[in-house]
Amino acid sequence: MADPPPAAGASSPTLLTVEHLTMRFGGLVAIDDVSFEARNQHITAIIGPNGAGKTTVFNCLTGFYKPTVGRLTLRPPAGGEFLLEQMEGFRIGQHARVARTFQNIRLFPKMSVLENLVVAQHNKLMRASGFTVTGLVGARGYRDAERRAVELARYWLDRIGLTDRADDNAGNLPYGAQRRLEIIRAMCTEPRLLCLDEPAAGLNPRESAELNELLLFIRDEQKIGVLLIEHDMSVVMKISDHVVVLDYGRKISDGTPAEVRNDPAVIRAYLGEAETDELPPEVAADLAEEGRI
Amino acid sequence: MVAAVEGARKATRTVPAMAKDAVIFAAVSLALAIPLVGFYITDQGSTNTLHTRFGPMFYGVGVLFLGKLALSFAESSEAIARRIALIGSALAVLWFVIAVTGVVQDDNQVLGWFTWIVVVAVAVRGWVESRRSGAAARAIATAEGTSLGAAVARLGRFLGPLFIGIALVAPFYAAAIDDKRLVDLGVLIFTYIMLGWGLNVVVGLAGLLDLGYVAFYAVGAYTYAVFSVKLGLNFWETLPVAGALAASFGILLGFPVLRLRGDYLAIVTLGFGEIIRIILLNWAELAGGAQGIGGIERPSFFGMPFTASPPEGTTSFNEFFNIEFSPMHRQIYLYYIILLLALLTNWFTLRIRKLPIGRAWEALREDEIACRALGINPTNTKLTAFAIGAMFGGFAGSFFATRQGFISPESFNFLESAIILAIVVLGGMGSQIGVVIATIVLIGGPEWFRDLAAYRMLAFGGLMVLIMIWRPEGLLAHREPTIRMHSQKRSA
Ligand SMILES: Nc1ncnc2c1ncn2[C@@H]1O[C@H](COP(=O)(O)OP(=O)(O)OP(=O)(O)O)[C@@H](O)[C@H]1O
Ligand SMILES: [Mg+2]
Repeated sequence: MADPPPAAGASSPTLLTVEHLTMRFGGLVAIDDVSFEARNQHITAIIGPNGAGKTTVFNCLTGFYKPTVGRLTLRPPAGGEFLLEQMEGFRIGQHARVARTFQNIRLFPKMSVLENLVVAQHNKLMRASGFTVTGLVGARGYRDAERRAVELARYWLDRIGLTDRADDNAGNLPYGAQRRLEIIRAMCTEPRLLCLDEPAAGLNPRESAELNELLLFIRDEQKIGVLLIEHDMSVVMKISDHVVVLDYGRKISDGTPAEVRNDPAVIRAYLGEAETDELPPEVAADLAEEGRI
Repeated sequence: MVAAVEGARKATRTVPAMAKDAVIFAAVSLALAIPLVGFYITDQGSTNTLHTRFGPMFYGVGVLFLGKLALSFAESSEAIARRIALIGSALAVLWFVIAVTGVVQDDNQVLGWFTWIVVVAVAVRGWVESRRSGAAARAIATAEGTSLGAAVARLGRFLGPLFIGIALVAPFYAAAIDDKRLVDLGVLIFTYIMLGWGLNVVVGLAGLLDLGYVAFYAVGAYTYAVFSVKLGLNFWETLPVAGALAASFGILLGFPVLRLRGDYLAIVTLGFGEIIRIILLNWAELAGGAQGIGGIERPSFFGMPFTASPPEGTTSFNEFFNIEFSPMHRQIYLYYIILLLALLTNWFTLRIRKLPIGRAWEALREDEIACRALGINPTNTKLTAFAIGAMFGGFAGSFFATRQGFISPESFNFLESAIILAIVVLGGMGSQIGVVIATIVLIGGPEWFRDLAAYRMLAFGGLMVLIMIWRPEGLLAHREPTIRMHSQKRSA
């Protein structure tokens, strides 16, 4: 197995700090006192068996759930501080600029690919359109802003090779293309932190390799932080700089891919208390995956 | 794969879950129905008496309960459940036909409600269906409607100006053959086209099912009536006020219902429409109560009234132009006013659809959760949709008041909301030309076939049901992207 390409290094600043995050649904404790950090220009993977609470972490980070306990702090490299647990959902996207994708893709299926990417630039364009007033009379400023928005969309479409299909309905794209489109739609919000919920699910090996390339590009060229929920261990081991392992809502391991791979607690979580101690977790996970889909 | 996931999600809804849903729905309806239907007051001279009519109330709630259950069944992934829903609906229609044709005599009003509830339920069903994304079955079912819509959209460049051209010269034709009824019909059709276009912002673009749109129509009408009668302002002076006031009511309604979705939003907006009507009915000092407001100033052409004998000191329209007086003149003038207002609504909608706010409305209709993740404020976005839709309703209401010269709460009942919604849904959600065609069919049709008398409403109810079955996304379900990257050479 190839070692992960070097990231900007351990010296890059901490972008996200999660402290004592707990999320209860009635009697069910979906996340139990989880703390971890994610650095800027790092890909931080969150892994764990089904129902471990990974998506719930994302939902807390992006304001869909209000954590029962805990503090979620985003510190942009340029300075400032956002306490995400105190912010209303949409403001996290608007001001803290944490963007996300969803485990089951959420595009605007009946809008075109380009429209999906332009809607992602809503707040910027709203300002340029004078909150609709000057836009309505066709002011120059708005037309320029719209042109730039299309340019940004084209930049990302070129990256994922979907420029040809820009005017087709997003819902008509093949599955793999929809996954990539959802990622670049999040990128069009110009985020500081990108949260991806199982982006490789359902992709074939070639698409999966392209995805890795895209994520490394985002990390290295866009210089932002990436949080990645992933079941596919080959993806996790190849591209992540840091791995956090959850099981039944608790953090059971935290470290570099190599450290986590050899952590007995992780192996046990993935295989149960079975006797197959020798199986590396990626193989086990692949087996689990096949049984699941 | 996506379709499979969707299917799985649907299949997980068990019969008890559906029943629970229907019970909750019926409970919400009952809560609204007790004050609105359960009690009523009659005015006998100086004494007001409170009456009850719990029978029809429970009947109506029962219909809603069964309707909701039928909808759940109809959407189920189990073929057997869908079949039960189909048979149930067929029995309901059969019962209705028997009742209408006089085999069974029943309370007319209740029957009227029943028809419209059935029709609206079917429309809601179509609406829910059209919102469901990614399902392959839907794609096949609506491919035809979409391709027809695409063809019309391609022709749109010619059809639009052609329609406008015809609309502009039509009154001259009517004047030539001296057919006042034709001009009246034109005024009526354009009023509904304007209302349809206005509601299209809320329902078609933003995807918010509003069953109380007539409330804003009423606000606009009463604003002009009161300003005209009490303050002596004319139509054009009042128009902006009426629009602003209706928009404020849109925001007022918007706030409490923002968190509601689908059927719940529908039932609460329906309640709001009724509340406005009941307030008007009981507000004797300002709104004249059940008597309404009469003597509203009719429109004048730059201060020149359309009367045979103008008041002292004014010149009438026919005197100024030195032509013989004809009641047609005012009718034709009204026609051009509503044509102008309707075209303004259309222009505004087409334009705003290409602005960020318009795109956000459509995105919200497609997926509200994704919108929030992209930093779009759902509250403000929905409120602007409500406000702008309401504003156009208010404009149309003012026009209605000046056209009639007399208004009363009876003109603003639920039937009106249902008709306007039917126009939007049948035309094809979000389709501007669909609204025109649906209005001509739904408003023009019954007027044309008056001879069919009692059967025409039934026939049109049936027609709507058929359209919903064959074209669940409406007659013209085609959407042009609001922005393109490549020039439009290849047709999809
Ligand atoms: N809104 C909710 N209400 C109640 N329980 C919830 C809710 N959201 C999540 N849960 C529960 O929290 C637990 C963690 O769920 P979560 O979706 O975060 O798991 P996950 O790690 O993302 O799993 P998967 O790999 O299947 O996506 C599960 O037991 C789930 O049922
Ligand atoms: Mg998950």
